Amino acid sequence: MTGGILNADNARMIQIALVGPPNSGKTTLFNTLTGGRQKTANYPGVTVERKSGRLRTPVGHMVEILDLPGSYSLRARSPDEAITRDVVLGRQAQEGLPDAIVCVTDATNLGQHLRLLLELRQLGRPLILALNMMDIAQKRGCQISLETLSRQLGIPVVTTVAMRKNGVRDLLGEIDMLLNQAPTTAGIVAAAAWEEPSPDAIRAYHQEVERLLKEAVIQEAAPERLTRELDRVVLHPVAGPLILLGILFLMFQAVFSWAATPMDWIDGGMASLQQWFSAHMDDSLLKSLLIDGIIAGVGGVVIFLPQILILFLFILLLEDFGYMTRAAFLMDRLMSGVGLNGRAFIPLLSSFACAIPGIMATRAIAHPLDRLTTILIAPLMTCSARLPVYVLLIAAFIPNATVWGGIGLQGLVMFGLYATGIVGALIAAGVLRLTLLRGGRQPLLMELPSYKWPNPANVLLGLLDRAKIFIRRIGTIILSVLVVLWFLSTFPAPPAGATEPAIYHSFAGMIGRGLEPLLAPIGFNWQIAIALVPGLAAREVAVAALGTVYALSGDEGAVTEALATTLAHDWTLATALALLAWYVFAPQCLATLAAARRETNSWRWPIFMFVYLMVLAYVAAFITYRVALALGGG
Amino acid sequence: MNACTEPERQALKAGGLVKAGLTQPLGQMPRGSIGRILAVSGMGDRDVERGLLEMGFVEGACIEVLHYGLLGRDPLAVRINQSMTVALRRVEANAVLVGPLLSPAVGAASISNRESNPS
Repeated sequence: MTGGILNADNARMIQIALVGPPNSGKTTLFNTLTGGRQKTANYPGVTVERKSGRLRTPVGHMVEILDLPGSYSLRARSPDEAITRDVVLGRQAQEGLPDAIVCVTDATNLGQHLRLLLELRQLGRPLILALNMMDIAQKRGCQISLETLSRQLGIPVVTTVAMRKNGVRDLLGEIDMLLNQAPTTAGIVAAAAWEEPSPDAIRAYHQEVERLLKEAVIQEAAPERLTRELDRVVLHPVAGPLILLGILFLMFQAVFSWAATPMDWIDGGMASLQQWFSAHMDDSLLKSLLIDGIIAGVGGVVIFLPQILILFLFILLLEDFGYMTRAAFLMDRLMSGVGLNGRAFIPLLSSFACAIPGIMATRAIAHPLDRLTTILIAPLMTCSARLPVYVLLIAAFIPNATVWGGIGLQGLVMFGLYATGIVGALIAAGVLRLTLLRGGRQPLLMELPSYKWPNPANVLLGLLDRAKIFIRRIGTIILSVLVVLWFLSTFPAPPAGATEPAIYHSFAGMIGRGLEPLLAPIGFNWQIAIALVPGLAAREVAVAALGTVYALSGDEGAVTEALATTLAHDWTLATALALLAWYVFAPQCLATLAAARRETNSWRWPIFMFVYLMVLAYVAAFITYRVALALGGG
Repeated sequence: MNACTEPERQALKAGGLVKAGLTQPLGQMPRGSIGRILAVSGMGDRDVERGLLEMGFVEGACIEVLHYGLLGRDPLAVRINQSMTVALRRVEANAVLVGPLLSPAVGAASISNRESNPS
C-alpha cells in the first residue's frame, strides 16, 4: 500500500465523509458502520452536531467516519446543510478535506438522489456511491446494473442494506480498495472553484440522471403502495388532524403516567443521598452546600430526565417511522398563518420536554427569520420544569371538583395553562413576523418519505444522545448556577435572634425584598419575590425556594405537601392565579438563554427574548391578578 | 419522454385523471389528477426555482396531486415520477406549469422559451 491515501498524511486518521439526501438511510448506515463507537461534538461557532465514529476495515485500517447532515444539494439552504457543503469543500474550519466521500442514496429513489452524487463527482475527490435500502428496492422488483452505473459514473458503486450488519460488507471492501489507491490532489482545485449551480445547471443534472438511469436500470421499482394507502388516511383533511391530536394526546398521557415511577425512584434516591450526607457529615458550610445546594438542586433537575426521555422516545419513533413530516404537513397552514413554517412543529414539540433540545432542533429550519422566530417562541411551550410549580399551585388553590359532567377542574386548569402557552406563542410569532422579523417567507418544499419500521438502534442511539446532552448541561451550567444561588441565599448569615427565615437576611432575600414593590401590583408578596430570585435561573428551583422561605424542611414530596397547605392559607386565589400566569410566560431558565445565545451567535436575541417574555409575564400576571380581584378572588 | 413509464401507466390505471389538453399551474390541479410538468419558473425568484428543481420538479417529470390540507386547501402533497412525495405550498406550486401527461416531449426548446413565457 505504499503511496496510498494511508501514507498521504500520517499525522491524522483517514477520514471518510458520509453524504446523502435526507431519508436515504444515511444515519442508519452510519450506525451500522460504527456501532457504539460514536462521538458527538459541535462544530466551532455554530452548534451543528459533528457526529463521527470509528471503524476498522476488513484489511485492518482504522478509519474515522463523519456523518454529515442530510442535504439534497451542495447549495445549502439551512445551517445544517451549510456544514455538509463546507466540509466536502474543505472550507470548514478545523476540519481537513475528507480523504474520501461515500454518497448514500435510496435505491428506490435514484431519480432524485443521484443529482447530489453528480454534484459531488465534480469535486474530483475519491468517491463511492452506495445504493442503500437495496433489499426494499429488490422486493419491489427493481433491477440495476451496478457495472453499467459504475462505468458510466467512473466511480465504484456498491449496494448496501444499512439495517443489516453484513449489508455493509461491499462498502467496507470498496473503502479498503480506495485507501490503497494513490491520493489525488485534483479535488482541492475543483473544490475551491465550486460555485452554486444555476437553475439550468440543475436541469442539466436532471437530464444526466435520466440518461444514466436509462442505461443502468434494467427493471424499475414498482410504486410503493403502502405509503400511498396510509397517507390517504393520515393526510386526510379531516381524519389527519384528528389522528395527529390523538397521537399528541397519547404522547402526553405517556409522559405523565409512565414517568411517574422512575421519577419517584430518582426522588427517593436523592432523598436517601441527602440523609446519608446529613448523618455522616459534621455541620459545616460544605455540608450545607452539598445537601441544600447541590443534591437538592441537581435532584430537582435530574427528576425530569424520565419525562424528557419518554417524550423523545415518541418523537424519535415517529420521526423514524416517517410521521413527523406528515405532522409538519398538517400543521403548516396553521403555522404559516403566523408566519412560521410547518417544519417548526418538531422543535416546538420537543420544547414541551425542554426548550433547549427544541432550540437546537431549529437548525433544520432553513430560513434564518423562520428559525429565529421559532427559537424566540420555543420557551413558551410548557416545559417539564414548570410542572412542579403548576402542580403545587393547582393542588393548593383549585378545588378537586368536576365540571361539565366528569371533567376534572384541576386537569382543566392544567390544560388551560398549556393552551395559554401555545396561543401566546402563536400570537408572539405573528407579531414578531409583522414587526421585528418581517421578511421573506421560506417555501415549504419538504419530502414526505415512505413509511418504514423504526430502527431500534437508531432510536436508542438518538435517545442516548439526548440523555447525554441533558446530563452534560446539569453537570456544567446548572451545577455552577446552583452553587452561586446557594451562596446568594446562604450569605450573609441571619443576625442572632432573627425571627424571619435565614434566607430573608441573605443576598437573595435582599434582592427579593428590593423587587417586592415592583411585584406588588401583580399580587406577589415578599416570599414569592425571594423565591423568584433563584427561580430565575431554573424554574423548578422556586418550589424548593418557597419551602425555604416558609421555613419548611424534609424531602421534596413532604415540602410540596406542606407548602400546599401553607400557601392555601397564606395567599389569595388571585395571587396564586397571577403566579400561574407569570409562569406561563416568564423566561426563568438561564440554560435556555445560553442555548439561544449559542444558536443565534449573539447576545442580542437572548436579551430580547428575556425582555419580551418578562414583559408578557408581567402583563399577564397583572391582568390575571386584577381580574381575579374584581371577581372576588381576593 | 412522451411515452409514459411503467409506473406512470400503473398510476393512471389506479384512477388518475388526465386533463386532456389542459395546461394549468400545479396549484390549481384537482386532487387525484396527473400531469406532466411543462415549465418551472419560480416566478422570477431564482431561489424558489432552484428549490423546486432540487426537489424533483423539473420539466418532463410526471406529477400527481395526492392531498390537500384542510384550511384553504393548502399545502399540497404531490408525487413526482411515482417515486417521491413532496409537500409544498400553493404559492410555490403555482410556479410549476403542468400539462397533460401524454403531451409531446418537453425538449430544450420549451425550456429555453420558459424565460420569455412565464406561467
